[in-house]
Parts: sequence; C-alpha cells; structure tokens
Amino acid sequence: MTLNLVVLALLDGVAYAALLFLVAVGLTLIFGVLGILNIAHGSLYAIGAYVTATLGQWLVAAGYNPWLTFPALVVAAVVVGVVLGGAIERLLLQRIYSKEPILQLLVTFAVFMILENLQRMIWGVQPYYMSEPLTLLGNVSVLGINYTAYQVLFLPLAAVAVLIGLRWFLRHTSMGAQILAVTEDREAATAIGINATRVYLMTFILGACFAALGGALATPTTSLVTGMGANMIVLSFAVAATAGLGQIEGAAISALMIGIARSFAVYLSPELEVIMPYLIMVLVLLVRPSGLFGRETVRKI
Amino acid sequence: MFREREENKMHFTTTPFRRGPGSVAAALLLSSALTGGAALAQDKPAELNIGITTYSSGPASVFGVPARHAAEMLAEQLNARGGIDGVPVKLTFIDEGAGLETLLAEYRRLAEDVGVDVMFASISSGICNKIAPLAEDLEVLNFMWDCGTQKILEDDDYDYVFRTQANATPEVLAPLAYLLKTHPDFKTIAVVNQDYAWGRDSWQIFSEALKKERPDVEVVAELFPAFGAPDFSAEVSRLQALKPDVILSTSWGGDLDTFVRQAQQRGLFEQSTFVLALAESSLERLGDALPDGVIVAARGDHYFLHPERRDEPEFKQFTDDFKARTGSYPIYSVYHMAQAFAALEAAYDKAIETTGGWPDKDQVAEAMVGLEFQGFGRPLTVREDGQSVEAQLVGTTGTDPAYPFRVIKDIEIYDGGSLMPPVGTTSLDWISEFEPGTLDLEGKAYDPS
Repeated sequence: MTLNLVVLALLDGVAYAALLFLVAVGLTLIFGVLGILNIAHGSLYAIGAYVTATLGQWLVAAGYNPWLTFPALVVAAVVVGVVLGGAIERLLLQRIYSKEPILQLLVTFAVFMILENLQRMIWGVQPYYMSEPLTLLGNVSVLGINYTAYQVLFLPLAAVAVLIGLRWFLRHTSMGAQILAVTEDREAATAIGINATRVYLMTFILGACFAALGGALATPTTSLVTGMGANMIVLSFAVAATAGLGQIEGAAISALMIGIARSFAVYLSPELEVIMPYLIMVLVLLVRPSGLFGRETVRKI
Repeated sequence: MFREREENKMHFTTTPFRRGPGSVAAALLLSSALTGGAALAQDKPAELNIGITTYSSGPASVFGVPARHAAEMLAEQLNARGGIDGVPVKLTFIDEGAGLETLLAEYRRLAEDVGVDVMFASISSGICNKIAPLAEDLEVLNFMWDCGTQKILEDDDYDYVFRTQANATPEVLAPLAYLLKTHPDFKTIAVVNQDYAWGRDSWQIFSEALKKERPDVEVVAELFPAFGAPDFSAEVSRLQALKPDVILSTSWGGDLDTFVRQAQQRGLFEQSTFVLALAESSLERLGDALPDGVIVAARGDHYFLHPERRDEPEFKQFTDDFKARTGSYPIYSVYHMAQAFAALEAAYDKAIETTGGWPDKDQVAEAMVGLEFQGFGRPLTVREDGQSVEAQLVGTTGTDPAYPFRVIKDIEIYDGGSLMPPVGTTSLDWISEFEPGTLDLEGKAYDPS
C-alpha cells in the first residue's frame, strides 16, 4: 500500500466517521445523562432523513434557491428532534425512569418498531433521494481521485462543529451546568433547585436532534430505504460501546477508528469491511470491558 | 434427503392418491370425505385460493410492493374475465420481511388450515431454499415466482415445486454474453456486489464463465459491501485508483441506487464500463443519475418498452393500468408476478382439457411439466425439472426525450435455452466445460429506437 492510498483511505474514513459520530453522539449523550439506551434513536435518524428529503425536494420543486437545502437540513433535524423526541420523553420515558433497565430498553425498542412502521406508511418503500447539497458543493480532486466536497469537507467540519459546540454548551452555559449536575447526582441537584425533569427533557430533545441531524446530513449521500434506522442504531451502538457509553469525546475517537479501519479494509482486505466495526468493538471490549474511556462505576458524560 | 425424495417420487408414480407422512392432510381428506366433500370427485370450488409471499417490508419491498400491486390488479382483471374456468381467484399475502420463522408458520397455516390451491413463493432465494422442501412435504403446489438461486431445482427433485421464470444462471450469463460481444477488448474487471447469497452466487457464475471465455481478463477487485450499506465512498475511491475497464454489479434497490449516484457524482462512469445486471428495476428512480452507455439487464426479457411486445394493445394496456394504479412503470418483479398468474391459468386450462373436469392438485402439477405460457415477454416453457426457460433481454442505456429517465437501447434478446445447463446438470458443472466462444450467442438485436 503506497502513501497515496493511505491518504485516500484516510479521507474516506474521516468522511464516514463524521456521519457515524453525529449519530452516535446523541445516543451516548442520552445514555450518559438519562441512563437509557435509546433504540428509537435509529428511527429518529431515519425520520430526520426522510423529513429532510421531503422538505428539500419540495424546496427544489417549488423553484426556491437550491442553496436553501442547506438550512433545510438543520430545520428538518430540529423539527424532528423537538417534536418526536419531546413526545417520546414526555409521554413514555418520564414514566419509566425508576423501572428496570431491561424494561426501558424494551420500551424504546417498541417505539422503534412503531416508528419504523409509521415511516413506511408515510414514505412507502421506494428509495428516496435528495442530493442538492452534494451536487452544489461539487467535487475536489485529491491525488487524481475525485471526492465530493460535501463528504470530505462539509461533513467532517459539521462533526467538529457539533463536538466543539457540545463541549462549550456543557461547560459554559447554565443549562449545560445543570445537565452535568443532574448527571453527577440527580437528588443533590434537585435539592439545590435544579428542575431535573426539565433537564431530562432538554437532554433527550438535544440527543434526538443529533440523531435527526445525522439522518439529515446523510440524506444527500445515500438512498433512504426502509430499515436504514436499524442498520444505524447497531453501528452507532458499536461506536458508543467502543468509546464507553456516555463518553462524548470518546465517541468521536472511536467513530474515527471504526471509519478509518473500515476504509483501509476496502483497500487491504475487502472481506473484512463488513465486520470491521464489530471486530474493533470486540477487541476493545476484551481489553477494556467498559470501553476505551468508560469508567467502572462513576457515570459521567 | 435426495434418496428420500426419490422414494417419494416412486411412491407417487405407483399410487395415485399419495398422502404424505404428515397426517394432517390425510385427516382433512378423511373428514371432507366423511362429510361428503369433494376431495376426490373434484367439483368446481367456489374460489381458487392463491397464497403469495412477497416483501411488504424491508429493503426488498422495492420489488415486493410493486409485485403485490400487480397481483391485486391481475386478480381483479382475471376475475372480471370470469376467473379460471368460471372460478374466481382469491389472494392471501404473507410478508417475507416478517422473518423466516413467521413466514414458514404462515405458509404452513395457509397450506393446512386455509387449504390454498397454490402458493406463489417467494422473492428471496434464502426463503425459497426453505420453502421448496416444505411445499413438497405439505404437498402444496408452489410456484417460485421470483427467487433467483439456480440451486434448488438443480440439486433436488420436486413434484410440487416449479419456477415460472429463469434463474440466476441465464440472468447473469446474458449480460456477460452481451459484454463480451459489445466490449471484446476489456482486460480488467472489478465487482461490487451485496454481501449475501445473491451477490456471492451471481459473481461465482459470472466469474467462472468469464475465466473460461476470457482467461486473460484480470479481476482487480472483489468488493462485497454489507447488504443495505448506506455508503460506497471507499469502494468508489478504490475503483478510481484501480481504473478497471469494466465494473460489474448485480446489486439492486437502495444499494444499487446509492452506488450509482456516488459513482456518477465522482466521475467513475467516465472511466469504466458498467454492467448492472438488475438495473432495469432502478431506471425510473435513478432518473438522470444513471448515464448513457451502461449495460443493463432485467432478470428475463422484462421491459415496459419490450421491442417485440410494446405495440401490442394488451401489453400497452397492462403498462397503462399499472402506471395508473401505482404511479410507476412496471419493473421485472411485476412481470414475474404476471408470469406466475399466466402459468397458473395455462396449467389449469391444460389440466381441465386433459381431465375433462376440475383438476386436483396432482393433475395441475402434471400439467405444469412441458407447459407453455406467456406473460409480458416471450413465451416460456416449463422443463421436466420444473424450471422454466425464459428469454433474456440486455441492452445499453440511452436517452429518449419522451422519458425523464434512461431507456434501454441496443437491445439484444437471447433465447433462454442456450444460457442454461441441460436438465440434470448443475450450472457450475456446465460452466466448467465452457470454451472461449461458448457465449457467442446469436441474440435478436434491435436498433436503437
């Protein structure tokens, strides 16, 4: 493998990792604060993508400036995250925080199945596509290979922006401080006047928005098909578990590891591509059962 | 397994009213005989029950849902014509996407409790593998209406299992024959197939035949991304670096669409000749994203602009009806469904003529062997092993201002018989005897329209 190919594989790996991180970060945030492994995260990803495609196709068909599809990505993600995420937390999760983790898992799994069917009822089974943002940004040529600027520039920048923004939000805003306090000790935080119920709701909505944003940003690069949510929840769980559940910066690093390992596999040993994420997860968990950055007892985001 | 079936078959030829070891069928027979039922006398039933397995969920619903619409439409039209010899048909659907266990339980229920007259099953080769022996055990007439694997009828003998379309072997060899003819000078090839049975098996057939035809061609990459993979960027990069003369893919649905769009966006089509064996089913969805000059096939001679059929009123009517009902043009799974209906009608007609009354299932099964029937392509014949011989349509994408997506031009239609091993020989054994030039087939060529 020449140096050139290393560069190519790195570019593909980083682009892939950026999308993986965007989805996994919401999953890991929700787990870190609420202690719930939200299987419905996959549906939020898929529905975020479908709403984006619908909105984008409508904008283009109605003759608006195609650059408006960029803000549409964010608008769709926020709408899906607030409406669906808010409804799931308020109507279901609030009732089961004190219940067994296995029950919580089953409830979010049930929500996932319901949303999968809902999505099929609304959007049908034919693949959807909305590629305007990708085509608008055009291609960049690296070492004679064409890449889309959307995948090798825009997506990694978006992922870095989310990572930095989230760090800043948690460390330098009042809401962020409240989230950290509730995560550390819910009872003590409640005792000093923090509205823990509200913190849980806000955190879940934020995590749901990230899931939907992942779907929205994936839309220009892929066909939207039934079952895309199931694939993504498995993959983003692998990312989150490799990092240690609840580890935000860790999720970024494990997404990079998995993305880069996968693209190197395409060059060196294509047979391994499919199992690469899980191979890495198994190897990491064998050595560090709580994940790369996970801690045994203390739960922190 | 094989020996057991042989015994069954001998049993069948000597005993006219064979009933399997499973006693449920016998009990049903007994009870209906006791209540004066018509299991032996074969009065005309009030309706003919057809059970259909198709994907209503999951990625393969891109084929399953259009086929289901087609089945409903065809049943309505058939019943409006008076059904089969005056007997209307009734459809019951099972979702293949519900999982194998659920599917097999439902299949059993339809066969034993509801008492369907025929099953159309299924789309997935994996499911057909399980259903063929089950159908034989339950002694229910089963038409494999869409699944591709050539192995089922090559490896085992069945009395009740038939396939009303071609199989993977001609469906993969036809595009290879077309490629060899239209691009005789290619030196390197890469494959990007889905990582599951069809992706692997279709590449095995293609590559084995290619090795015999063109031993000098180098396979530069064999890529099998995950089934349902949302991203092929790394594959596209590697292919750009390798610059193979030909890129083959037998992928379908969202996987194929994504691969084509990513490859097109990054200029891969300008660099390599693409052979997309199932792209007929993606033409309308892909619109402008699929360039001109791509070799596409259709798992049979299936095309809504079939050069030999397109001007026939019946053909046009079907296209228009389907378009009005679903908003899309028919794709190959729709035509496969139409073929299952056509075979059923033809088999009953033949059996009724032979027996002089309403036939039982064994008589219908006997009528299937050697049957000629026609859907919306060329006529098909059922061989003695239950496999149908079907023509194969291959062409190259081109532009037609009448359609907002690519059409198939430079069409060649090959006879199915020349692309299949004789009865009793497996495809891979047959291909291992290929010489350079075996696939120089005289297809019927059509001018670019």
